[in-house]
Amino acid sequence: MKTKGLNKVGLIFEKIEAREVLTKAFNMSTDEIIQQVLESGLKGRGGAGFPTGLKWKYTAAEKSDEKYIVCNADEGEPGTFKDREILDRVAYKVHGGMAIAGKTIGAKHGIVYLRGEYRFLLPKLLLELNEFHKMIDEIGYDFRITYRLGSGAYICGEESALFESIQGERGEPRNKPPYPTTSGVFFKPTSINNVETLVTVMMIIMQGAESYKQLGTTDSRGSKVFSVSGDTPTPGIFELELGMTVQEFVNEFGDGDTKAVQVGGASGFCVPRKRFADTIIGFEGVPTGGSMKLFNSSRSMYNVLHNYLDFFAEESCGQCTPCRVGCQQLLKGVEKVKKGEVKSTYLNELVKLADTMKLASKCGLGQSVGNAFRTIVENFREEIIY
Amino acid sequence: MYQTGNLVKELSEKHGRERSSLIPILQGVVDRYNYLTDEVMVEIAKELDISAAEVYGTASFYTFLDTKERGKYVIRVCKTITCSMKGKGEIIQTLEDMLKIRVGETTSDKLFSIVETNCIGWCHKAPAILINEMPYTELTPEKVVEIIKGYMNK
Repeated sequence: MKTKGLNKVGLIFEKIEAREVLTKAFNMSTDEIIQQVLESGLKGRGGAGFPTGLKWKYTAAEKSDEKYIVCNADEGEPGTFKDREILDRVAYKVHGGMAIAGKTIGAKHGIVYLRGEYRFLLPKLLLELNEFHKMIDEIGYDFRITYRLGSGAYICGEESALFESIQGERGEPRNKPPYPTTSGVFFKPTSINNVETLVTVMMIIMQGAESYKQLGTTDSRGSKVFSVSGDTPTPGIFELELGMTVQEFVNEFGDGDTKAVQVGGASGFCVPRKRFADTIIGFEGVPTGGSMKLFNSSRSMYNVLHNYLDFFAEESCGQCTPCRVGCQQLLKGVEKVKKGEVKSTYLNELVKLADTMKLASKCGLGQSVGNAFRTIVENFREEIIY
Repeated sequence: MYQTGNLVKELSEKHGRERSSLIPILQGVVDRYNYLTDEVMVEIAKELDISAAEVYGTASFYTFLDTKERGKYVIRVCKTITCSMKGKGEIIQTLEDMLKIRVGETTSDKLFSIVETNCIGWCHKAPAILINEMPYTELTPEKVVEIIKGYMNK
């Protein structure tokens, strides 16, 4: 199989002249910007991978006296820490991306929802925001950003739960449709984008879609910031071109004894060693918001699975039954199997439960618990039982 | 001492009295006192003209808006997979031995609470903790002792 290999890229953290890029964007028409973003092939960098250009197109098409651009900085997926680094190092590009989004969809107001765990960053971010507001005033563009803090709820990274939280409510996801592009925060048309997505847009406007899409593959254009942790000699944040295989990734970051890589965090997929070579990291293989966790052969995959299930049982908002009860039962279920209180075939029943949760849960949390559950149970069955 | 005085009024002036002001007001109280009493939640409800159940319902949804008494310094130990693999257990043990309390408890001088928390975004520098909003990473039992001593002498 011919692949792109592992290529390090330096777009996201590159220092740029924000004023020039913004002036260029403000002189483009809405259609031109949407066309550039669509052509770049950019898909949302938070993990779900919705095409950014389409999101903006739909929001721009809505008629409303008020619209919002929301930056989702509620980075809570286990193993993901790239948005913190981006905000710490290049917040001006995040603010700039929001202004471009605002101009495109017709929003005068942006809100950054920053997870409470990153509150230590806030004083610095507010200073940078001040500079940013001064700059766009000088350019002569009317746009304002405010910051809102989360308070330790993973579910608020789900877009509609995040809106509820901004509105002062419990962070419980809404039914969809309507989608945020029609009814988002304060029930107004809203484009909600991940931190990295907004920075990527700055780079696309700066260098043009044609140049950006040279990177990556047909399904996964461009590059992506990866958060690498676990059993690796070089944990940290790396921007890599999309389209590499897990094997190529492991060759670079593994410790020589990697038995599994969890791609996409607790809600993502577990790739075992035998699948490293034929699994591509990207939308054609295993998609990821950037979380890459390596496990070597000293680790028990039962402990990994138990840790994830414990996480989900705590973080489920409790609103819908499949997720609330399902997470608890999966957790109790694997404990019973491990203790030998039930037959090992009980695992098959639990896999069915995880599948039901995928179909019946209201939001992405309950729907994705089965990803890790199925891939870990299928590939490491003995470790779960014995 | 938990005497909020004019705090709720001041926060309401600052953030407004809309429903969307509720969480910033709750966060403002927690910033100062580390947890929410029943009394302060009733006071906020009156200030915003909503029911106290709405305030409690919202506050109790969020892990960082504690409705249980907490110390001046809340130590949140990350228990998610990477921190767990890289020695979270030792960190908890060290904290428990040093402060003579267990996870979920508060010291009798009301200075420290230890709680476990889910991923705080420092997996590449595990194990990690937050003390109030400040992260401390790549911890060892020795480092933890030094950090806590620093807070004791504040």
